[in-house]
Amino acid sequence: MLRMDLRDRLGFEGQLQVDVVMGLFQGFDIAVFQIDTWFDMQANVKKVRHATHNPEATNLMELKHGESGILDRLDLPEEDARRLMELGFLPGHAITPGHSAPGGDPRVFRVDGSEVALRRETARRLLLKHGQHLDATPIDTRKA
Amino acid sequence: MSDCHGCSVATLPPPRAVDTRRHIVAIVGPPNSGKSTLFNRLTGLRQKVANFPGVTVEHRMGKVKVESGREVFAVDLPGVYSLEPRTEDERVTHDVLLGQMKDLPKPDAVLLILDSTNLARHLVLAAPVLSLGLPTLVVLNMADDLARRGGGVDVAELGMQLGAPVALVSASRGQGFDKILQFLAGATHAAPQAAPLMQLPVIQDIPKCRAWAANVGTKGKYQAPAPPHWTRRLDSIFLHPVAGPLIFILVVVAVFQAIFSWATPLMDQVSTAISWLADAIGSVMPNDALRSLVVDGLGKGVGSVLQFLPQILMLFLFIGILEDSGYLARAALIADRTMARFGLQGKSFIPLLSAYACAVPAIMATRTIENKRDRIATILIAPFMTCSARLSPYTLLIVAFIPPKPLLGVFLSLRTAVMLGLYLLGFLAALLTARLLKSTVLKSTRSSFMLEMPPYRWPTARSLGLRLVDRSKVFLRRAGTVILAVAIVIWVLAHLPLTDGKPPAIEHSFVGMVGHAVEPAIKPLGFNWKIGIGLITSLAAREVIVGTLGTIYGIEGATKESAGLQQALRQDLTLGGAVALMVFFAFAMQCMSTVAVVKRETGGWRWPIIQFTYMTGMAYVCAFLVNKAITVWL
Repeated sequence: MLRMDLRDRLGFEGQLQVDVVMGLFQGFDIAVFQIDTWFDMQANVKKVRHATHNPEATNLMELKHGESGILDRLDLPEEDARRLMELGFLPGHAITPGHSAPGGDPRVFRVDGSEVALRRETARRLLLKHGQHLDATPIDTRKA
Repeated sequence: MSDCHGCSVATLPPPRAVDTRRHIVAIVGPPNSGKSTLFNRLTGLRQKVANFPGVTVEHRMGKVKVESGREVFAVDLPGVYSLEPRTEDERVTHDVLLGQMKDLPKPDAVLLILDSTNLARHLVLAAPVLSLGLPTLVVLNMADDLARRGGGVDVAELGMQLGAPVALVSASRGQGFDKILQFLAGATHAAPQAAPLMQLPVIQDIPKCRAWAANVGTKGKYQAPAPPHWTRRLDSIFLHPVAGPLIFILVVVAVFQAIFSWATPLMDQVSTAISWLADAIGSVMPNDALRSLVVDGLGKGVGSVLQFLPQILMLFLFIGILEDSGYLARAALIADRTMARFGLQGKSFIPLLSAYACAVPAIMATRTIENKRDRIATILIAPFMTCSARLSPYTLLIVAFIPPKPLLGVFLSLRTAVMLGLYLLGFLAALLTARLLKSTVLKSTRSSFMLEMPPYRWPTARSLGLRLVDRSKVFLRRAGTVILAVAIVIWVLAHLPLTDGKPPAIEHSFVGMVGHAVEPAIKPLGFNWKIGIGLITSLAAREVIVGTLGTIYGIEGATKESAGLQQALRQDLTLGGAVALMVFFAFAMQCMSTVAVVKRETGGWRWPIIQFTYMTGMAYVCAFLVNKAITVWL
């Protein structure tokens, strides 16, 4: 169980208690949010930057600014995949694109509490789970 | 911070009656966890850089002041995310921790440094480290950041889960160090290490480790902090599609403008102080020959090199600020596309940037590049980057030959523009060489680029100060050994052979003979025989040429009443020759330390010989062309 103070992120007073049940299947495939003040949450979810789940995106390059996706697998040579997993790119984690170098390549991705810059050709081979219509998106990828 | 009640404080074994053994404590942690800051706090000035035998990874070792009086030495190991020995950094960390490193006993204890603002991910490293079974203190760094951003952790509970004591500290502010020192002192209650409540995971499986870390974090009541708002805000400026590159260029220009104009008054003062000192010592010397050795040989020779200390320190200060603040990673990101165009990867960028300070640490820094071909390419082009040793000949020639005209108002003067041009020249030569290498002998598929962006932080005066002290030591040691020796040898050879017990005119001395012998080869470049002597001595290190010229012109000036090295050069060298000399210095590989480190890194003489020939050949041809062009057109 995690308690988190969402004031900074959501811009309203009061604490939300969020129960996060994780690790049911192979790490973090499923995140269930049990949110006390669901209504407030819905009202403010728009204010949460970079957290709108995009179910259509199939890889990281298809995520636009302000969208997030859940990593499914890394279609990369083992060595590179391992490096990326050490940096936080693990299947099941939510990923949000951030700023980029001029021209959009490489781009910074936020994952598991860190920000990692990847080149376009690498980002394209990080595949997302698609077609899932999650009601609630993991609010912050930094939450374990 | 709650006290550690109930949980064991595993410490070093309790001190024996007379505990004179050296205790080794390894400092381990992921990159950007603040290991070095903590190490600096613990050891202060009682540290030195060393190399493990047989490997190129540098490590720092320092004595920690511990109350019980036992000898505790901390070893700062390279930052790693795991203990799988895949890169050289990881292999060193792995070998040291397992006691497989030659010349270093197995550590008695481990300080595992983790970033508390990103604990869940950093705890992943705790699994392999704790499973080694060494007494370990888990140090959660950046406590001030964690608290400010509304996060928190139950230190005692986390310690129970991990089966190891936990300390929450802020290395940059020095908070919470009593617990570390207590651990190092191996103090009072040395209870056996408790079994962790959470069974350690299979350490090869990253997802399992991450799940374990998440569970431990949750049970340790870890509350992640809010995202770093300031970092996001700053990034939206520094990584702005338009403003970002502009700021990047502004930063680079400002750094060079600053070291060039701000350092000048300081350099003048140092130079005045040294010549005053040399004159003062010279005036008490009993005879003329000794006086000339002190004033002309040492004062002008060593002094003309020493005066560049303020400038070099200023360059290291700025690079230190850029690195410690986190901007360097953004700069690497902005530059990556340009690097990719030349067949290099983004990771090459950071060694290349630090090569602006010195090629030797830069070449060592290439070990983070996993791809062997990329690594060799980066090593081969690093000496093209304008290192701080080139600053002294550049400055000397620019001040002597380029008028101080403004070019863009107060912001850019002609002198700064020439200096920037020289920097650009080295950079372009590096990129073209990289392109050449990567499309021929070192061809490889485009490699991946993964670079973590650390949050922005204020650089601390302490860590910047330690860098500068370190750098001053290296510089002064060189001035006190190589440059001093060269100055004495040049002075002696310039006064021999004696005819009728009198030293000859410098043209007829041994120095003059050698100079005249090489003159035909360098005449096409617009250099005279004195420059020739400078070029020969600068094979040891680039800045030696300034000392050598200082000595030669000093001896000559003593008879000719000429004022200052710059004026002497102005009378003795054409503009074409001066610019050609700058170009020669931009390309030539005149640095024995670099040759040695390249040999060690690439494991043989093949690459350093190719590199030396290529760079010096390029320097000769380009200097020739530049001299011809200027002589014809101006």
